Amino acid sequence: MRVVIAEDLFLLRDGLIRLLEAYGFEIAAAIDNGPELTRALPSIKPDVAVVDVRLPPSFTDEGLQAALHARREVPGLPVLVLSQHVEQLYARELLADGSGGVGYLLKDRVFDADQFVDAVRRVAAGGTAMDPQVISQLLARNSRNQPLGGLTPREREVLELMAEGRSNAAIAQRLVVTERAVAKHTSNIFAKLDLPPSDDDNRRVLAVLAFLNES
Amino acid sequence: MKIGAAMLAAVRGLALALLAMLGSLVLFVFFVVSFVLSIPGLGIFLVPVVTAAVRGYANLRRRLAYEWFGVEIKSPYKPRPRFRRGPIGVVQRYRWIVSDPATWRDVLWLIVDATAGFALGIFAFALPMYGPYGWVLWAGVWKPIFHAGGGDWYTFVHVTNQDTANKAAVLGVVYFALGLLLARQVMRASSVLARGLLAPTRERELELRVAHLTESRSDALDTQAAELRRIERDLHDGAQARLVAMGMSLGAVEHLMERDPEKAKRLLAEARESSSKALTELRDLVRGIHPPVLAERGLGDAVRALAMASPLHTEVTAELPGRLEAPVESAAYFAVSEVLTNAAKHSGAQRVWIDMRHEADRLRIVITDDGRGGADLSGGTGLRGIERRLGTFDGVLALNSPVGGPTMVTMELPCVLSSP
Repeated sequence: MRVVIAEDLFLLRDGLIRLLEAYGFEIAAAIDNGPELTRALPSIKPDVAVVDVRLPPSFTDEGLQAALHARREVPGLPVLVLSQHVEQLYARELLADGSGGVGYLLKDRVFDADQFVDAVRRVAAGGTAMDPQVISQLLARNSRNQPLGGLTPREREVLELMAEGRSNAAIAQRLVVTERAVAKHTSNIFAKLDLPPSDDDNRRVLAVLAFLNES
Repeated sequence: MKIGAAMLAAVRGLALALLAMLGSLVLFVFFVVSFVLSIPGLGIFLVPVVTAAVRGYANLRRRLAYEWFGVEIKSPYKPRPRFRRGPIGVVQRYRWIVSDPATWRDVLWLIVDATAGFALGIFAFALPMYGPYGWVLWAGVWKPIFHAGGGDWYTFVHVTNQDTANKAAVLGVVYFALGLLLARQVMRASSVLARGLLAPTRERELELRVAHLTESRSDALDTQAAELRRIERDLHDGAQARLVAMGMSLGAVEHLMERDPEKAKRLLAEARESSSKALTELRDLVRGIHPPVLAERGLGDAVRALAMASPLHTEVTAELPGRLEAPVESAAYFAVSEVLTNAAKHSGAQRVWIDMRHEADRLRIVITDDGRGGADLSGGTGLRGIERRLGTFDGVLALNSPVGGPTMVTMELPCVLSSP
């Protein structure tokens, strides 16, 4: 699997390269600034890109902008965005095109190599990987409001895990229920959020987006 | 519309003339008497009281000049120092008042207002009103006047028959039109005249400015020092302590690696836990110092991110074509954040609207909520603190919060936009 890495700090870049290589990824390019990334992503078209939000020269959100730009050029290009902090605003922008293949994680998540690589693979396969912090921020503020779209607490829980990018099997394991029960919950969620029938992956992304947009 | 405005100006002219006759004259006499009574010593108590009344009255005139005729007059008084208790304080207060040139300019204004101000007000009212009097004569009232004894002079027209009454009516129309045309200008001129004495002199303006700058600078330094202390404490108790714990765990791991691999593993997991907690704490700290979204996206998106995190339903409109200066941006961000927190905590509001725009080198932020209102600057809600912090940038905060709501907080900061 070919990966492009964009990270300006040498130590982190090096660490990411070694980690991903250890798990059998092929590093197509390792980039340390925004403009180069903007040029490289559409031309290399990697299987997945791991991108830091903040990159030189302006150290603002160049990485994110480059990722969004690349996804406009190459729809659905899988991008996993890493950051020192997570913002719902950015999560929403990443998911806005509804085509999946998007991840948004805190840099700390790299510590847990297995989980991190799992997230990279999920994004490469067109799924999502939202940082649990994004979800918990959402929950913190929504706790006072109406439950989203009339979801039951259980359905909400499923949606949360879905937002993190977990598969039905993983959700079932986490909630200690059968996979069939989870499948039933997810189809209820899709129905309640009024998502048109389409392939399951895409609907999952849309459900997460609805979750994020709820405000 | 225009006629209405002119009529209003004329009536306001009459009101000011009456006020000048009653208020200005009486206060002038009071002041002179109380000051003369300083010689037997009574004035030491009387002058401050009368001056307070004079200042209240002058401030009313300042406000009316702005609200009625659009002439802005700033307050010129020396800031009130802290007085000691007892007789020394009384003398201090007396000296504070008597040594302030603004007191004497006020007194001078009282006499000017009682004469010139009165005359202008009466003129603004009487000129348009004299017109209808001509029409009244023309309508037939000239007859009884004529029969009673020789006829009335309407300015230079001696009204003795219908023919001259017609002339008076025509002249009345001229007066009426002229009066309406001039009423606003005359009253504006009267206000400008008042401004000559009521506004701070150039010197006083600079003095006030220096006083303001001194105060806001010391506020800024205090805030900054407190902020640094908080950061120091947070780092000391948080991340730093965690790193120490991590180092100790790792040292122990090194030791236990061979003897007790199970325990070493557990300690490693603990160390990792510590590191991720330290990161979380650092992240929160950074958010408090300078939120990353603000650095990355500027004020508009940073406030949008705030709105998303707020438990209230918050709508944000931002018209900011470009980035603001960094310190202003940060001050504005924390001010909005504080107001939002206040709204969530105290107002009982469901919805909040934030409107930010940049016009004529000023950033203007209006935050409105649909809560119960009744907020008060002095109510310890932190609004005073925001006001002070904005003051460092010559910014101002206005609060409008009638009981029953809604509450509207308006902030304005002078600043320049840079291109994005």
